[in-house]
Amino acid sequence: MNQPILLQGGRIIDPSRDMDQAGDVLIQDGKIAGVGRGVTAPDGALVRNVNGKVIAPGLIDLHVHLREPGNEDEETVASGARAAAAGGFTAICAMPNTDPVTDNQAAVGFIVRQSGRAGLASVHPIGAISIGQKGERLAEFGEMVGAGAVAVSDDGKPIVSSHLMRTALEYARTFDIPVADHCEEPTLSAGGVMHEGLVATRLGLKGIPYAAEEIMVARNVLLAELTGGHVHLCHISARGSVAIIREAKERGIRVTAEATPHHLVLTDVACEEYDTNAKMNPPLREAMDIEALQGALKEGVIDCIASDHAPHAYDEKEAAFDDAPFGIIGLETAFAVAHTELVGGGLFTLPDLIRRMSTEPARVFHLPGGTLASGAVADIVVLDPGAKWTVDPATFHSKSRNTPFAGRALTGRAILTIVAGAIIHEL
Amino acid sequence: MSLGKDLTGLEHMTPEQIRLILDTAEPFKEVSERPIKKVPALRGKTIVNLFFEASTRTRVSFEFAEKRLSADTVNVAATGSSVSKGETLVDTARNLEAMRIDMVVIRHPSSGAAEFLGDRIASNVINAGDGKHEHPTQALLDLLTIRDKHGKIEGLKVCLVGDVLHSRVARSNLWGLTKLGAEVAVCGPWTLLPRGIEELGVKVFGRIEEAIEWADVLNILRLQLERMEKGFIPSVREYYRVFGVTPERLERSPRAITIMHPGPMNRGVEIDSRVADGPHSVILDQVTNGVAVRMAVLYLLAGGRADLADAAKGGGSE
Repeated sequence: MNQPILLQGGRIIDPSRDMDQAGDVLIQDGKIAGVGRGVTAPDGALVRNVNGKVIAPGLIDLHVHLREPGNEDEETVASGARAAAAGGFTAICAMPNTDPVTDNQAAVGFIVRQSGRAGLASVHPIGAISIGQKGERLAEFGEMVGAGAVAVSDDGKPIVSSHLMRTALEYARTFDIPVADHCEEPTLSAGGVMHEGLVATRLGLKGIPYAAEEIMVARNVLLAELTGGHVHLCHISARGSVAIIREAKERGIRVTAEATPHHLVLTDVACEEYDTNAKMNPPLREAMDIEALQGALKEGVIDCIASDHAPHAYDEKEAAFDDAPFGIIGLETAFAVAHTELVGGGLFTLPDLIRRMSTEPARVFHLPGGTLASGAVADIVVLDPGAKWTVDPATFHSKSRNTPFAGRALTGRAILTIVAGAIIHEL
Repeated sequence: MSLGKDLTGLEHMTPEQIRLILDTAEPFKEVSERPIKKVPALRGKTIVNLFFEASTRTRVSFEFAEKRLSADTVNVAATGSSVSKGETLVDTARNLEAMRIDMVVIRHPSSGAAEFLGDRIASNVINAGDGKHEHPTQALLDLLTIRDKHGKIEGLKVCLVGDVLHSRVARSNLWGLTKLGAEVAVCGPWTLLPRGIEELGVKVFGRIEEAIEWADVLNILRLQLERMEKGFIPSVREYYRVFGVTPERLERSPRAITIMHPGPMNRGVEIDSRVADGPHSVILDQVTNGVAVRMAVLYLLAGGRADLADAAKGGGSE
């Protein structure tokens, strides 16, 4: 067992209990053993003075792509978990679009074992909805949940068949897991490489219209209502989608949603000069969408921030815009980007942000963590909200470098990450 | 004033740079009228014509321009390559660089390909058409032809007709024309007009009759027949009936409208033969001017001085 750790003299922020106060946190036997003022350290405890720093439940990312098995040159479970730790994440959820697809209990078990071997941030597998992500037959949800899957998704691809989505939502109820969908109507988005609008027109690139996302968001909401299942909507990008989700929540439909840091802060203008690190799906939209997404996240219409960390090799992104793959990495920049723009911009308080990056993701996928309650698993991050740093992809722990934030000056950083009572990252 | 290293599009050029090219093209027109159509301005320069997409007119026009300036030219046709386009482009760039060339003329199906190449090699890069983005030398020759015909560009009303959505010619024309003070409109079925184009200060006509009533010049774009297969228009027959430029429609205009087409034409689809071959058509003048404009671009990018273009045509024996 790890030696006890006492984090002394920090600002404790625990959104799960609306706590924001000065004090100490004691970690013992992998659990949170004490929170408050004047907690005494047992003999042999490791004492860290965190004066001026923030002690919070570890960040949780519901949406990452690790490339193992299949493309281990781009990312492995271990390198992704290492990047996560550096970014302040104590748990991440790995999408199943690996090669082969994570669509059965053996494949799910492999991710769990690789996560255990790495011993860094916990990697929770998400199982595929359909076998081979082909959109035809349901994968064995029960077996996958038994092996450790926390949700199902065919992310990377939408569930095109409304019948399949219906049955997935119904069947998932047995196991009480969310069905996460990448909302994209493929006949509208076909061939598109960025947001449909003035910038795409000028660059001569084929656009993806708002309606490609909104149609599927509306469909998924209707199917969740029909089935009583829990639908989780991945990486929402359009203000029209926000309106649909808001209305669905008001009607009590079981829908949750996430937004990425990049959709919260960047617009399609980032695609200028054919920067392939601004190419992702869904695409970066417009300033009014950023405003709507930030507002929705603050209100809770969008439940949480997820990175959609999508590693790609240098050679793949070193191409003409049309030919480059979609996706960017985000684990090591997510907190700082959100903190700089949302908290720095004055719309969010730091507890608001921690709620959207820790407590809420834990609730949405029914994961341990997201709280500093006594007896809870000791998944903790210590944040330095005043740390100023500049993004240098060469220093990333991820195996990939595809970020649109290279060179950007950010404020806020994880300086200590603890998983189940063990320090996995210290700056 | 110089053009910089590359000519990838007109969007980021100044009106002065565009006028410089047009003015430099004037003295080069005469070269093609000589019995011996050759001047030594680019002797010793090596130019690669790198075409990742089929082209006859543009490639031949560039090749004539290069040869009439005495450059050494190599044509590389890279269509149908099994290697993915991105990889081909990076590797091709590195290989060309290693052969110590001076200029690359590139056509590529991906928007941004010319900029991509220009950013990665030291040689001058000239965009001969990249995806749906730009085709700057086509727009320059269109501008020169309009200026020849009307004596000016400023204040003229020019309408681009047809498949604006997929047209790099339309985009380059739009930038060039607006920078030189023309009024620009687009006209076509709404399925073939790009989103947000009116934000660029362009009029939009949904009916050809309105465009004809308004315009001094119609630049009629080629309708790619594959647009029908992709469902943008129901049939070529209906396109001609609704959007075809015919003598009957032109008769309703109070003005003699100048007729342009970047080619190759689909006679009886976007343009009636009587219009294409009629008295106000400058379609073949466009082709002739294409060689002179490309000579001007090659000359200027190679470091030639505009005020010496006339002299550069002379003997120049070494």
